Amino acid sequence: MLKGRLLKDKIARHYMLFATVVSIFVLFLIGGGLLYKSLPIMEEKSLWTLLTTSNWRPFKGDFGFASYILSTLFVTGIAIVIALPLSLLTSIYIIEYASPRILRAFSSVVDLLSGIPPVIYGVWGTLTIVPFISEKLAPHFVEFSTGYSVLAGGIVLAIMIIPLIISILMEVFGAVPKEMREASMSLGATKWQTVKKVVVRKSIPGIVAATVLAISRAFGETIAVLMVCGNFTDLPKSIFDACYPIPALIANNYGEMMSVPQYESALMFAAFLLFFIIVVFNVISRLVLIQIDKRYQL
Amino acid sequence: MELMTPPLIVKQPKPIEKETADCHKPHIEVENLNLYIQNNHILKNINMAIPDKSITCIIGPSGCGKTTLLRTFNRLHDDSVDVKITGKLFVDCEDIYAKDTEVTHIRKKMGLLAQRPCSLPMSIIDNVVYGPRIHGVRGKRKLYEIARHQLHAVGLWDEVKDRLKSPASKLSIGQQQRLCLARGLAVEPEIILGDEATSALDPISSKTIEELFLSLKDKYTIVLVTHTLRQAKRIADYVAFMYLGELIEFGTADQVFNHPKHKLTKEYISGGFS
Repeated sequence: MLKGRLLKDKIARHYMLFATVVSIFVLFLIGGGLLYKSLPIMEEKSLWTLLTTSNWRPFKGDFGFASYILSTLFVTGIAIVIALPLSLLTSIYIIEYASPRILRAFSSVVDLLSGIPPVIYGVWGTLTIVPFISEKLAPHFVEFSTGYSVLAGGIVLAIMIIPLIISILMEVFGAVPKEMREASMSLGATKWQTVKKVVVRKSIPGIVAATVLAISRAFGETIAVLMVCGNFTDLPKSIFDACYPIPALIANNYGEMMSVPQYESALMFAAFLLFFIIVVFNVISRLVLIQIDKRYQL
Repeated sequence: MELMTPPLIVKQPKPIEKETADCHKPHIEVENLNLYIQNNHILKNINMAIPDKSITCIIGPSGCGKTTLLRTFNRLHDDSVDVKITGKLFVDCEDIYAKDTEVTHIRKKMGLLAQRPCSLPMSIIDNVVYGPRIHGVRGKRKLYEIARHQLHAVGLWDEVKDRLKSPASKLSIGQQQRLCLARGLAVEPEIILGDEATSALDPISSKTIEELFLSLKDKYTIVLVTHTLRQAKRIADYVAFMYLGELIEFGTADQVFNHPKHKLTKEYISGGFS
């Protein structure tokens, strides 16, 4: 009897270890595979040329990724700049000020929003954001814009990641103990002072984590961005210019140009680049979190 | 002008001698206080007058409403939507549940010590000067002096003076409770509310806190909710005994412990039930 239980315990433990190792191993498998496939292009061109030039003529053998990298960074940057403050204020309102009824209603709306397929956001962006930019917004700043632009990509992406950030932040703020708010209030602090100085402060690690997750998601978002950002290979000069982020590059071209071996390798390099950016970004943010924890012991 | 009129209207039904004669005696006065949570009658028609510069202990079995009553004193129920309160509660003769009463200055009058010390997510010194900062005290020197003074008052200064900038959460739980007391004192309150403030502490720390209460009662009105009868016997000047949401007996410690009027009080004090 006892033996049987112990054996089950052992099997369960080893099985779980196996599952853990496999899922972590997949990460290295993907990274390694991409790196291996992109070796041909890296042997031909120096890494420096690949990363800093923006000439993209596959049939002449020019592969410069600068405009793709910049496009990705711009679009993601705009998305975060728009999404973060909005999500912060929204989730603070819902958790700290709203009545339980609003809280319940809103949580389900947020869940619903994050479940909408990206292609729908893309279509919607094409129908509303793109014409809005080309007709209303852009004429104030530049001579001509089709509307398919860095800004359109950023806005659509922001709308997509807002529900994600809100739902994480709601968890984060909800996890701040009630006693802590009461301690602050009982000293005569107003609600806003309590939120600002206690709740948000206590939640900094969670806010950083939510931002990181959102940025990682934004880096990789493909279809919705691809539909509104114009997909034009050039260094964007303003946010009203078309751009071409890395995921869109891969999705648009992979499978078509397999006859040119260099081309395939170049696209693999693009994929590796994206993978690398996300991994490095995550590692850095992890280090930042550790530093925050060390300094403040929140 | 608009601001001037409402208080007059509120106070008019009250006899004038209330403000002049009575006002100096009870620091906190509860009048026909009822509290409902989701239609459950939790506090039933409470009437009591807590004298100033003394220690009042609220005792009673678990779930009798001691903590709920204490929390009405600084309106901590405000944010709970399903709590309904009727009746009046005067602090310094001001009805704190009147419609136009502004809540932060009421809370500023009272330092609250929770069951488990709850340090704010910041350094030791920032914890102490949190209150003063909120109420607009500026200047590094001044804030440092406040922190030094209050940490001295709770006997924590020597233990923490070399690490004022380190996180408050690193302190032991007994030290944190004293820190919370210092933080409460820093807003210069008149009243200290303690909600089983020593129940999470080790015997030595709770003794320190008790002694602090005794030394502070010359300056402050202290109201403590306590589970331990012995603690009440040790430090209370006045005792309120509650049972199932009602205030059964209120009197001086000697009167309640040695000559209880009510049968329930007698039973509870002799350990008949808990």
